[in-house]
Amino acid sequence: MENNTGLNKVDLIFEKIDPKEVLTKAFEMTNEQIIQEVLESGLKGRGGAGFPTGLKWKYTASEKDPDKYIVCNADEGEPGTFKDREILDRVSYKVYGGMAIASKAIGAKNGIVYLRGEYRFLLPQLMRELELFHKMIDEIGYDFRIRYYMGSGAYICGEESALFESIQGDRGEPRNKPPYPTTSGVFYKPTSINNVETLVTVMEIIKHGAKTYNQLGTKDSRGSKVFSVSGDTPTPGIFELELGMTVQQFVNEFGDGDTKAVQVGGASGFCVPRKKFNETIIGFEGVPTGGSMKLFNSSRSMYNVLHNYLDFFAEESCGQCTPCRVGCQQLLKGVQNVKKGDVKSTYLNELVKLAETMKVASKCGLGQSVGNAFRTIVENFREEIIY
Amino acid sequence: MYQVGNLVKELTEKHGRLRESLMPILQGIVERHSYLTDEAMVEVAKELDISAAEVYGTASFYTFLDTKVRGKYVIRICKTITCSMKGKGEIIETIEDMLKIKVGETTSDRMFSLLETNCIGWCHKAPAILINDLPYTELSPEKVVEIIKGYMHK
Amino acid sequence: MINLTINDQKTSVPAGSTVLDAAKKLNINIPTLCNHPDLCIAGNCRVCLVEQKGARTLIAACAMPVAEGMDIHTNTLKVRNARKHVVELLLSEHRSDCTKCYKNQKCELQSLANEFAFGDTIFLDLVEDHPYEIDRSSPSFMKDDSKCIRCQRCVRTCSELQYISAIAVANKGAHQKISSFHDRPMSHVVCTNCGQCVNRCPTGALVEKTYIDQVWDAIYDPEKHVVVQTAPAVRVALGEDLGYDPGERVTGKMVTALRQLGFNSVLDTDFSADLTIMEEGTELLTRLKKALVDGDKKISFPMFTSCSPGWIKFIEHKYPEFLPNLSTCKSPQQMFGALAKTYYAQKRKIDPSKIVSVSVMPCTAKKYEADRPEMRDSGYKDIDYVLTTRELAVMIKQAGINFRNLEPSHYDSIMGDSTGAAVIFGATGGVMEAALRTAYEIVTGREVPFNNLNITPVRGMEGVKEVTIKIEGCTDDWKFLEGAELKTAIAHGLTNANKIMRLVRQGKSPYHFVEIMACPGGCIGGGGQPIPTSMEIRKNRMKAIYSEDEHMILRKSHENPDVIAIYKDFLGKPNSHKAHELLHTHYVEREQY
Repeated sequence: MENNTGLNKVDLIFEKIDPKEVLTKAFEMTNEQIIQEVLESGLKGRGGAGFPTGLKWKYTASEKDPDKYIVCNADEGEPGTFKDREILDRVSYKVYGGMAIASKAIGAKNGIVYLRGEYRFLLPQLMRELELFHKMIDEIGYDFRIRYYMGSGAYICGEESALFESIQGDRGEPRNKPPYPTTSGVFYKPTSINNVETLVTVMEIIKHGAKTYNQLGTKDSRGSKVFSVSGDTPTPGIFELELGMTVQQFVNEFGDGDTKAVQVGGASGFCVPRKKFNETIIGFEGVPTGGSMKLFNSSRSMYNVLHNYLDFFAEESCGQCTPCRVGCQQLLKGVQNVKKGDVKSTYLNELVKLAETMKVASKCGLGQSVGNAFRTIVENFREEIIY
Repeated sequence: MYQVGNLVKELTEKHGRLRESLMPILQGIVERHSYLTDEAMVEVAKELDISAAEVYGTASFYTFLDTKVRGKYVIRICKTITCSMKGKGEIIETIEDMLKIKVGETTSDRMFSLLETNCIGWCHKAPAILINDLPYTELSPEKVVEIIKGYMHK
Repeated sequence: MINLTINDQKTSVPAGSTVLDAAKKLNINIPTLCNHPDLCIAGNCRVCLVEQKGARTLIAACAMPVAEGMDIHTNTLKVRNARKHVVELLLSEHRSDCTKCYKNQKCELQSLANEFAFGDTIFLDLVEDHPYEIDRSSPSFMKDDSKCIRCQRCVRTCSELQYISAIAVANKGAHQKISSFHDRPMSHVVCTNCGQCVNRCPTGALVEKTYIDQVWDAIYDPEKHVVVQTAPAVRVALGEDLGYDPGERVTGKMVTALRQLGFNSVLDTDFSADLTIMEEGTELLTRLKKALVDGDKKISFPMFTSCSPGWIKFIEHKYPEFLPNLSTCKSPQQMFGALAKTYYAQKRKIDPSKIVSVSVMPCTAKKYEADRPEMRDSGYKDIDYVLTTRELAVMIKQAGINFRNLEPSHYDSIMGDSTGAAVIFGATGGVMEAALRTAYEIVTGREVPFNNLNITPVRGMEGVKEVTIKIEGCTDDWKFLEGAELKTAIAHGLTNANKIMRLVRQGKSPYHFVEIMACPGGCIGGGGQPIPTSMEIRKNRMKAIYSEDEHMILRKSHENPDVIAIYKDFLGKPNSHKAHELLHTHYVEREQY
């Protein structure tokens, strides 16, 4: 199978489909068949971490406890990501449909959508659509119910176990793992937690078949995904693209002709400088992303970008583990002091080492990924940080 | 300061008295009154039979569950990178001039609070703000003045 | 059993064990900080990071369950670098005024720094970026957030062991902190002052409020007559702060040391513990009589013990409707205090205004108790200063006393005699046992039907113990109790107390008499006891308490000669008018949340 070699626009996620037809098809399958189909599609989680969805469902399905949950992670907080809002706004019925398919696969009777507080304005519409959905599955004769829990402004709640804590009425502090959510998730029950886009993609996989779906993309990054494009671009917005393009191809399409860097994957992602555009593939073989693509042109100070991200992390770290809580503050204060000339520029080397420690020592993905942006910005734009 | 009255009881009727009811209850209070008073938090602690410190601990984790006095309309300006690049500063200055308050403050008539917040998911239409739950995007100083005027006359 | 290797050494441990447990088994030391044997796993501090072959990141040994075939290394370059960074990061948010700090040389962060982060500081100081203030509002302890390293041991202690959650984690990110309700002063929140948080704080962020200087000033004041009393649990724990192993009894040496410190009279809380039994035992029997014989409907059961000031504050806050069930007896400390400035002053012909009454307690809540406005029945502040076991150890060191070489001596007379019944007050179940030894004998004229007076069913570390005693062969006065089953319960740690209180509130309590101690293990595990504490340490102290009891000649409160004397010379009889005036108190309903 040929790997994708260019930038190809796709229309799957927002494609209008008949959900009843897809769900009827899915409910005629056994749960093993659904899982097998999703495994074959090569679908990896669209939230950013990229865990194979079929595998997650397989693990959850194998748990003995009959009380299981399918949770939709709609706590889209990564700076630069807004595709889940758009998906919920335009095709929430496909999100609900994906949850129903997941529920069948893992054997859950209950679904939960955890929606970030920033999107509360969508809730009335989403509830209306949910009512219609419930009616539809009742007609099909499938026993499944979805309810909503709202966030209230905490980036970390996008981390799966923090999200569970938040649903349970607690501070959104990530749990120690193992146990993983597939064993002990929300309310400590076996849980499959999937991103909004992942669930919609499942609808498309069932509709079109895994074999059709995995024609798209590359060996490590199957299919297409929705990108949130912002920053210095003439065409900011939402774009569904086949996976496997290079940053250069992306910049050719979306850049303003003066792009010096692209931040792939938001504040927790990687900064790709112009000189690496050609060699960097957007996907799990290169730089993974939950969809956030920010372009910076040469008028932008990368110090400001880094400072903005570090300020973000220092505020949004849950604060429970040392490397993340204190590390974020140190990185922020450190670059400030380097900029001011209060400490030597070589102090940046210490900070890079600290970022490396945060990556291996932090409790959850937040602290582990702060170093991504830090290292790639400092390595590629050192002068801009110092002077 | 508002009196929380029967609101907490109403909310517990609706959401239950379990620990998982805590967030919806706190959200319900904030929806009505913009922020949480000590009295309201103690009332919630009583209803759910958990310690007041835990109610505060949970509330203070979440940016939107404010425990400081806030106005009827809370304006939250996105301060994350794209909005910063696309004129957030100007929007803040405009609002500060208009309402005669700084970021973090509340107007003396308790109508407006002005706060910064992290990414609200409108980077492609930066700069963006939330007023209570509602987003306003692709702002210019002129546009934001009109929007706030609309709230003043509500 | 799960097989794994750590540093190339093979071991097998039961499933569910952590990597840290497995390392302990192999005698491999992995440093920890947020981990505490009494508390649930947190995995926050990341000091215990180790490398697992094949894992993407380092893993927290304390929180990682073992898995078959794990290959763990605890001392790789990666581990060392990360560990050093973690300790350096903690130091950067910690106000390191070590040489002036009360916890100097007893601070776990300091020990870690000494091992992993000596030499040049790597990171920038973050303390200056936070507007920290020390909360000195509680008479029992101080909270200094600038020294807090957010390990959350205190938070877990307060919720898991004490069911109070006076403090919780608040805010997030850089602003995350351990906070009372909306940052209120600790004196103005639902806090029992039990000091269990103080006992588990690894740094100087939570320490008892010390009164060492005030006590020295009193000792050096020639105008003052300074009396000191020592609680039963102090004598079995003080040694730990002076180089002894947990569980060594140092009673006699402690008495000598106190004399050498300059106290004018060295007396024993055991005396007033025996007195408490006389008062409380009589109160219980009177309540039983009123209820059973007189049919007084106002008398409600169970009756609760009232020796533990942490427990008193707990019930005042959380279950105020059951305050009438509390024994009206003051705690032994406060009975002693009221008598020191009345009875003792008269006997020794000392102007009570010149008496300074000091107590040495295993407890921080006792500091609060001494400050209660009710505790002035002598006409003065009944107890002037309360020192913890730890503070006494500091004073002994300050005075340059070579404790090990001291000759043991005896307490002074008048209020210095004690019995084994009083000594066991220091352990959970002790008050119950002492009360039963006396009450049973009052009612039946015979000793309790247990071998050598040891009422073993009330002993031990089980959280809630239930014991039923059948009363048989009553004397004529107590015939109405003939054949009755006295149902008792014992709880220690407020989480266990709460279990009993729930039953009581639901009307499901079958009990007549309930002993509750706020701290795990009773006073031996008190918030003022030497640090560290653990189940093992508490068990050793408990063993020492019962051994102290076994070694006493007198083992029943009503046989204490000083107690017999005070009733004869001063109080009349138990629960007399005078006794009520001086030895009993009332309680206050407090805010519940």
